[in-house]
Amino acid sequence: MGYGVYVPIYRIRVEEIAKVWNEDAEGIKTSLNIVEKSVQDKDEDAATIAVQAARRAVSHAGIDAREIGAVYVGSESHPYAVKPTATIVKEAIGTGNRVMAADLEFACKAGTAGMQMVMGLIDSNMIKYGMTVGSDTAQGRPGDALEYTAGAGGAAFILGKGGSGNIAEILKTVSFTSDTPDFWRKEGASFPSHGGRFTGEPGYFNHTISATKMLFEETGFKPSDFDYAVFHQPNGRFPTNVAKQLGFTSEQIKNGLITPMIGNTYSGASLIGLAATLDVAMPGQKILVTSFGSGAGSDSFAIEVTENIEARRGSLVPVRDIISKNKTYVDYSIYLKHKKAIKKE
Amino acid sequence: MDVAPASLWRKINTRYNLVGNTCKNCNTSYFPQRVVCRNCGRKSKLEERKFSGNGTIFSFTRIMVPPDAFREDAPYTIGLIKLDEGPMVEGHIIDNCAEIKIGGKVKTVFRRMQTEDKEDLIRYQYKFEPL
Amino acid sequence: MRDVAIIGAGLTKFGERWNVGMKELMEEAGLAALEDANISSRDVEMLFGGTMAPGSFIEQEHTAALIADQLGFHNIPAVRVENACASGGSALRLGYITVASGIHDIVVVGGVEKMTDITASAATTALGGAGDQEWELSQGITFPGLYALIAKRHMYEYGTTEEQLASVAVKNHENAGKNEFAQFRNKITIEDVMKSKLIADPLKLLDCSPISDGAAVIVLAPLEKAKKYNDTPIKIVASAQASDTLRLADRDSITELKATKIAAQNAYKQANVSPSDVDVLEVHDCFTIAEVLAMEDLGIYQKGKAAKAIADGETALNGKVSVNTSGGLKGCGHPVGATGVKQAVEITWQLRGDAKGRQVSGAEVGMTHNVGGSGATAVVHIFKRGD
Repeated sequence: MGYGVYVPIYRIRVEEIAKVWNEDAEGIKTSLNIVEKSVQDKDEDAATIAVQAARRAVSHAGIDAREIGAVYVGSESHPYAVKPTATIVKEAIGTGNRVMAADLEFACKAGTAGMQMVMGLIDSNMIKYGMTVGSDTAQGRPGDALEYTAGAGGAAFILGKGGSGNIAEILKTVSFTSDTPDFWRKEGASFPSHGGRFTGEPGYFNHTISATKMLFEETGFKPSDFDYAVFHQPNGRFPTNVAKQLGFTSEQIKNGLITPMIGNTYSGASLIGLAATLDVAMPGQKILVTSFGSGAGSDSFAIEVTENIEARRGSLVPVRDIISKNKTYVDYSIYLKHKKAIKKE
Repeated sequence: MDVAPASLWRKINTRYNLVGNTCKNCNTSYFPQRVVCRNCGRKSKLEERKFSGNGTIFSFTRIMVPPDAFREDAPYTIGLIKLDEGPMVEGHIIDNCAEIKIGGKVKTVFRRMQTEDKEDLIRYQYKFEPL
Repeated sequence: MRDVAIIGAGLTKFGERWNVGMKELMEEAGLAALEDANISSRDVEMLFGGTMAPGSFIEQEHTAALIADQLGFHNIPAVRVENACASGGSALRLGYITVASGIHDIVVVGGVEKMTDITASAATTALGGAGDQEWELSQGITFPGLYALIAKRHMYEYGTTEEQLASVAVKNHENAGKNEFAQFRNKITIEDVMKSKLIADPLKLLDCSPISDGAAVIVLAPLEKAKKYNDTPIKIVASAQASDTLRLADRDSITELKATKIAAQNAYKQANVSPSDVDVLEVHDCFTIAEVLAMEDLGIYQKGKAAKAIADGETALNGKVSVNTSGGLKGCGHPVGATGVKQAVEITWQLRGDAKGRQVSGAEVGMTHNVGGSGATAVVHIFKRGD
């Protein structure tokens, strides 16, 4: 029905982080395919980002928020360990109280997991509209490779029944899930740990490729049937490689590849990529989306754009404008302050 | 520093969504909600009203010395904002690098309010962003 | 209604009084006032005690009975009066009403605040309670912040400058230098003010009144009996008070304090005097901008004209009109509950001709102006000699 994206205005360059750790900025920029990443303001967190994105989604969908029957918020940086972010979002968009709500966590794919849950509720006629949000102020351990990519941002999608003024239709979704400990963070730990190169082949590549192939098998689609493809983008390099392995061209993934400019927004990443693709897609075009969450699993979606999309663009600010206009660079010390890593005692 | 759950909870709609009220008797709007219309007294007929969040800076100041509960946030900018619908509201103006001046246009955004200790509740509410 | 006179006045030195607590401060000012009135503790029939936030400052409530006990006023009715920074002025007004009504003859009005036992940051929070906690203090809007919003708008509307504001502080320090009870007796320059630490733009440290300890006491009696106690009783010829919204944002205008205007208009009417008749004023300069507002809202100057007049020296000691001869809140200090009573003490001394090195020559009509919060309470009194 509609979508909304929010990315904080602050950015830190790869060079600025590399300088602190005496690392080779050019090498990192090439190997990770990343230029800079987004940083939240001092008073922003996964909940405020989710609300900003959710409000934009309601406005884009043009629906009465009271008709939203479910709100799911996926994040791995929920502000509370116990107390839902979804209730904050629900209240801030004004859904009313007859609403199902829960927080989700599945590393970087909690947002797309929420999308599948909402689809089920709509298909079974339990709700009219449902919202899924992926939002994170991503954590990366100082000095770790993740520090160059862990960004802040989020996207919200509102789903409803087909033929009801919707801008795109989800034709099919499948998930590929296994218990693979490639990346984790325990209760109380400030930063996630990961298995280094183990996160690559057995983690990201295996799940992303398997889920996408599963979708192809069950639908009969092949890469050339899609005009666009969006893969989870922990950095700029992984999605490019996976696209190549699956037989997609760089042209197909170009529009949805946002990480090089804002970093990996974890639960927000695949959804922001999808939003950026919907910003430019034309009626009848097809989009493949395959997310990945460590732990591990991938959700794959085949989406077809409807004829309503152009009329509904109206006042919608495209993702690329959101992230390129009004950005402000911070140095490493301000970055630490914004992340509350240093504070006045 | 401690945020009492009930005092936070009972103003959630006001703080999240800029909900005030309007007197149907004299058509005056208020933010936050008033229990009695200033013009109509006991004859007031107040109804809830959600404001657009758009307004104009009437005055502003940059607070350099904060109360304890805002020690992490200082310095910060406070504005007196004239909402498009009429009422005047005090609120934070976030620094999005746009110029802050009297007469400047602003709109609401959703942010965290103050410095909390590790175990405190988080206060979310409107702040203003220069356009 | 009977005419009411001040028959005794007492004051402590204002400042950081590390060696004394609230009780000792009250004793110091109270005994001085009783001596001045030439009465004994047993003569006192009722006490009004103005104090703003002893609960926050020293974790003590129920202060009126405590003070009555400490001063030896056995078992008399005692009432605490709280109206933020206008607690003292409000207490004076209630004392005035009580004596005027004929219910009691000898009434003591005290004001006290012991503020330095907690950190400056905690004191800032306590004072913030004078605004609307739910919508001002809870958003981190401090007291200087509220007056800064007023100052910024005043500058925008009337072209008032930061240097003009600074001249208020310079004048009040100059006066305080001549007052042995004052907290700051050093002279400062415009440049000192301009270079002092920014608190809430455009207000700097030296635009702000300090955190102080202190107490002030006045003894009231019916004018007809006043001569029995004192050769130079000072007659209260007007007592007026008004309120306004606690929230700055709710005001019709923020470049004037409506409560001050209303209280002043009533007071001039009661006293049958006009603003130009007033020779000496103690006005509420919690911030430099507040003195500018006061001079305009009390009708001494037209709106937008006061700042320049102050900068030009018109309100200096023995200028066109003498304002804040005690040093005001800025120079003399601002123990909040004591301030409103201290203003009456200073005017009493001025009208008696007892103001030593800072005497206003030929002072016949005096006025006090005490404000609570950012203007939600204003109390105005006018005084003349009663002999």
